[in-house]
Amino acid sequence: MKALVTVTLKSAVLDPQGKAIQGALTSFGFAGVEGVRQGKIFEIEIAETDPARASAAVKEMADRLLANTVIEDYRVELVKGSQET
Amino acid sequence: MKSAVVIFPGSNRDRDMIAAIGKISGRPPLTLWYAETDIPPVDLIVLPGGFSYGDYLRTGAIAAHAPIMPAIAAKAAAGVPVLGVCNGFQILCEAGLLPGVLMRNASLRFVCRNIHLRVESTNTAFTALYGRGDIIRCPVSHGEGNYRTDAETLKQLRDEDRIVFRYCDADGTANDDANPNGSLDDIAGIVNKRRNVLGMMPHPENLIEPLHGGTDGRHLFESVLGRVSEVAE
Repeated sequence: MKALVTVTLKSAVLDPQGKAIQGALTSFGFAGVEGVRQGKIFEIEIAETDPARASAAVKEMADRLLANTVIEDYRVELVKGSQET
Repeated sequence: MKSAVVIFPGSNRDRDMIAAIGKISGRPPLTLWYAETDIPPVDLIVLPGGFSYGDYLRTGAIAAHAPIMPAIAAKAAAGVPVLGVCNGFQILCEAGLLPGVLMRNASLRFVCRNIHLRVESTNTAFTALYGRGDIIRCPVSHGEGNYRTDAETLKQLRDEDRIVFRYCDADGTANDDANPNGSLDDIAGIVNKRRNVLGMMPHPENLIEPLHGGTDGRHLFESVLGRVSEVAE
């Protein structure tokens, strides 16, 4: 089963990298780019086939390692159809 | 006084730290490999600078889960002094032994230069030999030293006298130019509630002999280990 964990900075946290990217997009000629914030995606392949158990396990992975919950939020989604593989 | 320096895959300031401790205490420290799970009785544990695990995922994030960390947490809880320098500070924050987090420098640049620090608290095992308000010159070398925490924790750090070092200029004034990484409240080093775990971004181990261009870092080690002449063995 495949899970996707998306980790993003909490909205109150300053993101200088996002700002730098926004500047670069603007220099590139893209008008009207009003904000950019950078995040991360983790694709996790796990043996567990029960969606509820898989979700719980991946949430724990996110809480304990993948995200620093002091400054980051995360969301977990299971990829539909990946149970069959 | 016995010390131990922890080495993670990717640590690179361990040798400077070992040399500094050996010179000041007269006794070379033990080295502890990240995969060990027991720590013998020691008077100081140091997590040195470097790029443990290549800073993968987040700086210090993977090292914070290394096999040796539960033993370090236990020693810290028992009152053993623990010093985290640079990557060591990042690891201590990720491990929850200190509050807050070190983020990318606000300038997005890796900064490697001498800066000044003001000693804000002398009420720790590490700073007892300094005077409150002392200005010391110290090198920094980091890309992620921007200390951040929430308003409540910042208030707690201030109220409890747990901000140990702040960046300042040569006259002791804190301002944006003096702060190399944009850290909150110009924080360069903090201590835990129990005052035995210190995390700091600058490198005091690189300021202990005249060849370094300054000896302002000596007092930190002498405070916690004692001078060679005073070591009672």
